[in-house]
Amino acid sequence: MSNAAQESFKTKLGNWALALLTFLIFIGGWEAIVRWLDVPVIILPPPSAILVASWKSFSAGELLFHTAVTMYEVLMGFLLGSICGLLLGFGIALSPLAERIFYPYIIAFQTVPKVAVAPIIVIWFGYGVSSKVIITATIAFFPLLANTIMGLRAAPQDQIDMLVTCTASRWQVFRLVRLPQALPYVFVGLDVAIVLSVIGAIVGEFVGAKAGLGYLILQKNFSFDMPGTFVVLIILSVLGVGLHWIISYLQRRIVFWIDVAGERVTGA
Amino acid sequence: MTMASTPDSASSAASPRNRDDNALVQIADLQMHYRTRDGNDIHALKDVNLKIGESEFVSIVGPSGCGKTTLLRILSGVLARTSGDVTIAGRQLKGPSPEIGVVFQAPILLPWRTVFENVMIPVEVQGRNREQFGARARQLLAMVGLQGFEDKYPSELSGGMQQRVGICRALVHDPSFLLMDEPFGALDAMTRESMNEELQRIWRDSQKTILLVTHSIPEAVYLADRVVVMTPRPGKIVEIIDVDLPRPRLLSMQNTPEFGRFVTAIRRHFNSEGVLDA
Repeated sequence: MSNAAQESFKTKLGNWALALLTFLIFIGGWEAIVRWLDVPVIILPPPSAILVASWKSFSAGELLFHTAVTMYEVLMGFLLGSICGLLLGFGIALSPLAERIFYPYIIAFQTVPKVAVAPIIVIWFGYGVSSKVIITATIAFFPLLANTIMGLRAAPQDQIDMLVTCTASRWQVFRLVRLPQALPYVFVGLDVAIVLSVIGAIVGEFVGAKAGLGYLILQKNFSFDMPGTFVVLIILSVLGVGLHWIISYLQRRIVFWIDVAGERVTGA
Repeated sequence: MTMASTPDSASSAASPRNRDDNALVQIADLQMHYRTRDGNDIHALKDVNLKIGESEFVSIVGPSGCGKTTLLRILSGVLARTSGDVTIAGRQLKGPSPEIGVVFQAPILLPWRTVFENVMIPVEVQGRNREQFGARARQLLAMVGLQGFEDKYPSELSGGMQQRVGICRALVHDPSFLLMDEPFGALDAMTRESMNEELQRIWRDSQKTILLVTHSIPEAVYLADRVVVMTPRPGKIVEIIDVDLPRPRLLSMQNTPEFGRFVTAIRRHFNSEGVLDA
């Protein structure tokens, strides 16, 4: 037993080492090619320049401030959008009438690119964080809605029959089977929504903002500060990966039985 | 779970234990029609009449489409009958009843619940005393050899163990009538035989009335006091055979000529119907 555990630890360590090695070769190759071909910094900055820029940006305090602003928009928008999607998903899954009334509008709304709606929202809610929170929420909303509806309808009929033969009421069937069966789907929705939320906040900031990483990217771009732009891009992807990782962690904890069955839906 | 003092040893020859007057389950003129999606009318059950006495073990055999599963679904209350009377313990059957426990073809355990929590589902649904029935659940799990597995998850159990959990779940709320729908069909032959032995023991210890649907004629004969033979199109009972083999029955009994006679008598129906099965 412990032999197998040791074996799996070794494989894990090996995988980590391989990932690190790949990363180092990639960065090293990038640096070498940029220097060797004498690529101008304004086209493609070498990793060393990005590192210097990130230190400057960080010590000036601007990086932390703008990251905090964007983070706030992402999280608030994600929460608002997911909660709305979740609640409406419940309503629609439980009531065919609600589906007939609301679903056509929801689909119509989903079809409109949010980038096209963003300027209107900025006009309505101003240049501050609230418009970004709203734009993010409109993007985070749909994955939750669609997955909640699908999840609540995913309960196998034999599990429902089993409960019904035990004299379970509709509400008991909902609580004991439909709800737990929906959880894996809800987590897929949350995972998609959190990554989209980062995009949503940046789109909002591009349209018009006074702060945030999207605003910072535009600023750096206008001043031809290519290394600075790359720093923000890297921060953004680290943010996205971190948020996804948190959702994956919660998913493994809460819907543990899916992992056991070997049906993981998302890969890290 | 109370062991009533049954005079088992003296004349364990047969089973007409108060079958007619004091029947626990009475099915009279049961009909079941339904319409398929392409509009065909299916006569799934025709004139089904059956009385099952208290603590009696009845098996139903028949080829696919003979209506045996339909009959079980009606009795378990998830399917509404077209017409006919069904009484269980003196009460008209109107839907699912706490008097009934059901064992399904698959274990149907909820993967997010431990073995113990799975067994407790009927207790929870019916709002029974958690402490009292929790003790009973543990006792049942011990009876089927799953002591120490209470806190495991279903995915950690073998198929046979999962099905035993399903049996405990059907028994936990102490129903008087146990319905079993091909409960061992998915198990390998070895596990199936030992499960048959175990079921005989559970039945003797618990004094439940059991209706078992099965594909396997030897299984039906081995376990039952009476075997109900059904044929399809329309699903109906063609014969009810008393199995007067002595109890407790041993697996080795399946090789005796007496046992073989019952199997042959049942199989004859399917040969003549041209639908040999099992």
